[in-house]
Amino acid sequence: MTNYYDKKAETMSASEKENLQSEKLIKTVKLAYERVPIYREKMKKVGLTPADIKSIRDISKLPYTVKQDLRDSYPFGMFATDRKNIVRVHASSATTGKLTVVGYTKYDLDVWSEAVARAIVSAGGSQESIIHVAFGYGLFTGGLGLHYGAELLGANVVPASGGNTKRQLMLMKDFGTDILCCTPSYAVYLAEEMSKYGYSPEDFNLKAGIFGAEAWSEEMRKTIESKLKIKAYDIYGLSEITGPGVASECEYQEGMHVQDDYFYPEVVDKDSLEPIAYGEEGELVFTTLDKEGMPLIRYRTRDLASLNNTPCKCGRTSVRLNKITGRTDDMLIIRGVNVFPSQIESVLLNRAGVEPHYHINVDRVNNLDTIEIQVEMSEELMSDEAKVVESLRAKLAEDMASAIGISAKLTLVSPHSLARSEGKSNRITDYRKLK
Amino acid sequence: MVNQIAVFLENKSGKTSRFLSVLRDAKINLLTVTIAESSDYGILRAITDDNEKAVKVLKENGYTVIRNDVLAVEVDGRAGALLDVVSLFDGTGINIEYFYSYTLDDNRAIILLKVDDVLKASELLDKNGVKQASI
Repeated sequence: MTNYYDKKAETMSASEKENLQSEKLIKTVKLAYERVPIYREKMKKVGLTPADIKSIRDISKLPYTVKQDLRDSYPFGMFATDRKNIVRVHASSATTGKLTVVGYTKYDLDVWSEAVARAIVSAGGSQESIIHVAFGYGLFTGGLGLHYGAELLGANVVPASGGNTKRQLMLMKDFGTDILCCTPSYAVYLAEEMSKYGYSPEDFNLKAGIFGAEAWSEEMRKTIESKLKIKAYDIYGLSEITGPGVASECEYQEGMHVQDDYFYPEVVDKDSLEPIAYGEEGELVFTTLDKEGMPLIRYRTRDLASLNNTPCKCGRTSVRLNKITGRTDDMLIIRGVNVFPSQIESVLLNRAGVEPHYHINVDRVNNLDTIEIQVEMSEELMSDEAKVVESLRAKLAEDMASAIGISAKLTLVSPHSLARSEGKSNRITDYRKLK
Repeated sequence: MVNQIAVFLENKSGKTSRFLSVLRDAKINLLTVTIAESSDYGILRAITDDNEKAVKVLKENGYTVIRNDVLAVEVDGRAGALLDVVSLFDGTGINIEYFYSYTLDDNRAIILLKVDDVLKASELLDKNGVKQASI
């Protein structure tokens, strides 16, 4: 039997849903137009006023919002409310130095928690659950997002955050934890560490895992499910829209249910940006329908995916999001962290004299993502003393780690040994895709 | 003082051969050579019979190469000769970063020394009557 967190909301009829979405969209557009200059300008440019938006069907008239808009309004320019009403901010990597900042009112946090609570229940969780949150806590939305949703549900939350795997295993075993939340690659790593410390899955009470913040394959799901003896559920989200919980899987694991009474999904052609039919793959676009702090209208996620509006066996009536298949930009997701090649480039440029000839190798070694940045040697970095070259290399690696938020191996290579590419994507080799 | 070249070489099979073939093709002779290695790369230091030409052809062939001067002292071919020189630095605060050498036909050797304070070291050697070589 399927359990719901909010049966009425999760199983409402198509017409009810459309009315609710229409009502909320009208409100959101009005709020954005009145309070956020960038939206007013965008709408004026195409001759739109809030009065032109009469139902959810009018959404395709509205202009898109892109990450650059958030960057241009750094830090608080997209807020649609007085700053004093904002109770939390989160931030994620932007393409260069600055971060993409999002602000939440108390109500926004409630909505987000509600979305996460629904996700946890659809993965089999309840008030009785002990939920181990091993997503990072901090500016990243993963940790706090799952945390507040689990608390709203009334479950017992263990805010483990990242690191210290041995202690994490001990806590999960001793507490009888039944739900694990982390990145899928960390789940595989935990499984391997389990046997290293002499544990077997039978020593644990784990039933389900809620995994997200990076793309993962069906093969990886099978690995996790067989190694941890759990059911592995995919959860999707992005901080711009709210964080994890925008969409998540139910027990049938046939696509992620989008909480579309709060977040309206569209898929558009990745080149023409014209709306496309359900089932076809394109760029995923989201509109927040119930956000006060920072409403986003038709935000281009750069994620490639398709939507499914056929009824699900679980009875939920929401549109489902199929697994994310890729990106339309060069953003990499490494250990759950967003990394843009342009961030790497700016670090190289900042260290005076270093030509930005570099190549990024991403791999998955022992189920953990690794990133290596190869930098071509130059006279400016050169010395007759190996220790001088080595300390410069270490400094670059340090700068790189603080810019992108994760540690990266930095390798010096011969001049002119890296391919000169026209497109940035040629500067990246992602071996994870080949495995 | 003696002028040396320092070249960046990746720590990969075939890289040293390629470097040496560039010098051979330019008819440049190596007098002495040493490599300081890390796991991924090495810094090759060498003295050639024509450093200026060596730097030119190496750059043309895409190498990162620099030139700098190191101290050079002549020592006799006998036990303890190098110690006599190096021990002069003891207690002076002068630190040796690295040294390498080559032998002359008459059994004497030229020791190439990289120290952290070249001027102070050079004066100290002069004061103690140590013969400094130059090429």
